[in-house]
Amino acid sequence: MALVSVKDLHKSFGDLEVLKGIDLDIEPGEVVAVIGRSGSGKSTFLRCLNQLEQHDWGTIHLADQRLDGSAMSPGELSQNVGMVFQSFNLFPHKTVVENVMLAPVVVKQTPRAEARKIAEEVLDKVGMLEKVDAYPAQLSGGQQQRVAIARALAMDPKVLLCDEVTSALDPELVGEVLLVLESLAAEGMTLILVTHEMKFARDVSHRVVFMHQGRIHESGDPQTLFTQPKTPELSQFIASVL
Amino acid sequence: MTLDFSTLLPYSGEIMEGLVTTLWLTVVTTFVGIALAIVVAYVRDLESGIMSRLLGGYVEVVRNTPFIVQLFFLFFGLPALGIPISATVAALVAMILNLGAYTAEILRAGIDSTARGQHEASRALGLSRLQSYRHVVLVPAFSRVYPSLISQCIIVMLGSAVVSQISVFDLTYAANFIQSRNFRGFEVYLVVTLIYLLLAVGMRRSFELVGRRLFAFRQGGSA
Repeated sequence: MALVSVKDLHKSFGDLEVLKGIDLDIEPGEVVAVIGRSGSGKSTFLRCLNQLEQHDWGTIHLADQRLDGSAMSPGELSQNVGMVFQSFNLFPHKTVVENVMLAPVVVKQTPRAEARKIAEEVLDKVGMLEKVDAYPAQLSGGQQQRVAIARALAMDPKVLLCDEVTSALDPELVGEVLLVLESLAAEGMTLILVTHEMKFARDVSHRVVFMHQGRIHESGDPQTLFTQPKTPELSQFIASVL
Repeated sequence: MTLDFSTLLPYSGEIMEGLVTTLWLTVVTTFVGIALAIVVAYVRDLESGIMSRLLGGYVEVVRNTPFIVQLFFLFFGLPALGIPISATVAALVAMILNLGAYTAEILRAGIDSTARGQHEASRALGLSRLQSYRHVVLVPAFSRVYPSLISQCIIVMLGSAVVSQISVFDLTYAANFIQSRNFRGFEVYLVVTLIYLLLAVGMRRSFELVGRRLFAFRQGGSA
């Protein structure tokens, strides 16, 4: 049974219809890469999945539970769907470990000692354990993004959304972040990534979804999709980014 | 005219008493006024409705009327309405309301410049608006407006001289009192001026020291 089930998702900003009916089922442990030109609606789609944007029409289910509307409180939602942003968005006045502990302590009411243990586990997972007491400003972009991933993981979400998480990084720092995502994928984490890293989409994801003008234009396993695109829009897109 | 500071010696007790009053009024006002501003800024910025508008009215009234009139209103006006109030309490309340209103506006400037990503990250982590304000928004907002906050607190300390007008025995009241006894206006006001100057400099130094601790995260880089 699908872990995430999206049906007929519509979203407009004023007169501009950004999502024109998205249907997508994602299995537990699946890694789905969402690609497409800027303006195709891929980021908006991702932001609807954790309700940073409220969609106008359609439903989103997580496992059997309805996630959209006011069916889930923000606290519940954050324990189901984690998100990592393009610009990291770490809290500048909190150390690495405080960034990671904040939501478990404040939202989940986890005792501090236990939250600290969880924080150290997830920081170890992203290779940032030796920087627990550093402030974000003392870290490189790649390190900040790894901490941001750990911060999302600390809530033990069922799905992790990644919104162009390497786009703000210097080229030499992209690798360390992708490596972390790859290891999460190998552990069976369900990942939905909006990405411009075509090589990563091809090598790591189980399925690639190509969005075009607010719709899923084409989707399939990465090998077939990249080598034998069925639509002219996708072949054009692939030609322009590879 | 010859200067003779020894004429002040018999009045050192009055100067001390005035200084202590000015000091404790300032310290209490600083803490309570900033706490008030934290609440007012939250309600005004992040809530809508009647409370937000009421507090908006309070801020505008305080910022657009003279401090001495606010003070007189509390001290002479409230008793006329049947609410008895002592000079000291009137002075303290007036100072707190004054600092609270100005600081709320200063703080709002800091809150408004919070990056959208900070709000989004805390929402994605499931923090409520109040939790986000307390844990994510507040400290960086303070750090951005800290220099203005220091100045505002010093302005209120200096402005507290006005409370001598309702016979609160502060530093200025002590000066007026001594001058009316020994007629050594120059000496008395010179000394009191220097004391105010030292208080202001000392306040700035203390604030800066606290700020370095509180906002240590800024020293790592450009955050």
